[in-house]
Amino acid sequence: MSAVFVLGPVGSSVIELPFFSCRVPAGFPSPAQDHMEQTLSLDELLDIDAPHTYLVRAEGDSMTGAGILDGDVLVVSRALAGRHGDVVIAAINGETFVKRLSIRGEEVVLHSEHPGYPPRYVLEGDDLVIWGVVTDSIRRHRSHG
Amino acid sequence: MADPVFALIDCNSFYASCERVFRPDLQRVPIVVLSNNDGCIIARSADAKPFVKMGEPYHKVRSTLERHGVLAFSSNYALYGDMSERVMTVIEGLVPALEIYSIDEAFADMTGVADREALGRLIRARVLKLTGIPTGVGIAPSKTLAKLANAAAKRWQTQTGGVVDVCDPDRRDKLLKAMPVGEVWGVGRRMNAHLTAMGIITAWDLAQADAWTLRKQFSVLVEKTARELRGTPCLALEEAAPAKQEICSSRAFGQRLYDLDPIREAVASYTTRACEKLRAQGSLCRRVRVAIRTGMFNPDEVRFSRGVVCDLPYPSDDTRLIIRAAQQGLEHIFRPGYAYAKAEILLLDLCQRGQFTDDLFAELQPSAAQKVMGVLDAVNGRWGRGTLRPARVPVTPHWGMKQALKSPNYTTSWQQLWPVRCR
Repeated sequence: MSAVFVLGPVGSSVIELPFFSCRVPAGFPSPAQDHMEQTLSLDELLDIDAPHTYLVRAEGDSMTGAGILDGDVLVVSRALAGRHGDVVIAAINGETFVKRLSIRGEEVVLHSEHPGYPPRYVLEGDDLVIWGVVTDSIRRHRSHG
Repeated sequence: MADPVFALIDCNSFYASCERVFRPDLQRVPIVVLSNNDGCIIARSADAKPFVKMGEPYHKVRSTLERHGVLAFSSNYALYGDMSERVMTVIEGLVPALEIYSIDEAFADMTGVADREALGRLIRARVLKLTGIPTGVGIAPSKTLAKLANAAAKRWQTQTGGVVDVCDPDRRDKLLKAMPVGEVWGVGRRMNAHLTAMGIITAWDLAQADAWTLRKQFSVLVEKTARELRGTPCLALEEAAPAKQEICSSRAFGQRLYDLDPIREAVASYTTRACEKLRAQGSLCRRVRVAIRTGMFNPDEVRFSRGVVCDLPYPSDDTRLIIRAAQQGLEHIFRPGYAYAKAEILLLDLCQRGQFTDDLFAELQPSAAQKVMGVLDAVNGRWGRGTLRPARVPVTPHWGMKQALKSPNYTTSWQQLWPVRCR
């Protein structure tokens, strides 16, 4: 069921909405004021607002060794060229996977990080596209909310 | 001062390309995208073009599409809107000024750029790499020529590499002679027929046509088009889109509606959307027009169509007030016994907040309304459209659009993120 909000007529209220609250203290200025720099932002840390950043959902357990669990949100950058050792979103012959990219000379291999999944050697005639590079992963450690 | 140079950057088969970004398996599968309610074909990937025409009703071509392995998608504007923003942001970082002309095309200022073609190629390569969307770039001394150069880049994709620069007069003339006049910006089908009858077949013919004749036969706009084709810029880059003079929200219902109640819901929902657009551009409206109609093409259905304009007591952007006015209008025009197919809300007589003069004793919108709407927009901006909404607007209405073939909102919904296999 979805909640329904009734927007009725609004009377005056003593509660101020915090959206635009900006107070100038009249008395002694806060000693912390000079040391204020900026607030920390996850958007900034993960470069979320960049046009080349995409969020995808990990599905399955083949990358647990890399610290990626089923259901994690992955932060993916399309701005990076996949290098040896990167965790990448790789499309091989149209099928898309999260894999560890290994490039040694001519040999390109997509590794899983789980003993149950064999490495996938990229052979001549295979169509490999590195869709993006996984830069971060986000996991919620609390099951509700 | 250097002569102005414009570039038109246009995404190739934009909607179909967006669908492909999150479906690497469809890289070589032809795709079409359908209009609202899965009505007709509104976009085709290049490899689907031989099998189906633009605008054809889906139900008519469905079996043909299936036979040729063409995949159909319902339109997914949440996805296209997000991808468009990404594309435009990438281009903005590469050029001095940008005019976003539509969801999939933009004019850029390239005045004074030394190696224009190299910049054009850089834009194409960056947009493709960062968003997965292929584009074409036309570069010229006027907007109309840039648009024509872009069409050429598309038409001769392999020969041009998707970038065509016609700043050089010889190349410009070659382009003008190669392009039919129907490809020129602003020349529609009817005008095309008219021009052809006058012996104006190619863009070159239009560029050479007598200015006075063009103005007399058509309009001063067509005369301007001809001048732009000759390389004289008449249109400037418009970075800020001017505020719209009227705002429309209209959609066909997913199924025919017979009773007043579901139509009330639809009208409330369309009004809510229109008011969001109204506030986003900082306007107030003085009138609202509500219209309903039956299907207009089915010969077995009785046709009915009616609309009414309702005055508001004062210029307003208050969703609640405007819904009330629209509902009163709806009650006034609704007649039972018809199979209604569509409703339309039009906000009219707009003015910018703080820019209208009224008489001293006229009623004004109470300031509380502005606060409530501010909170409404803030909440919906943060937690998604429809989080906070008028009680009349249902979440999943039974009259909602038919979108049987819609892809997930990969980039705008936590529930619908692209699932990538760790297998």
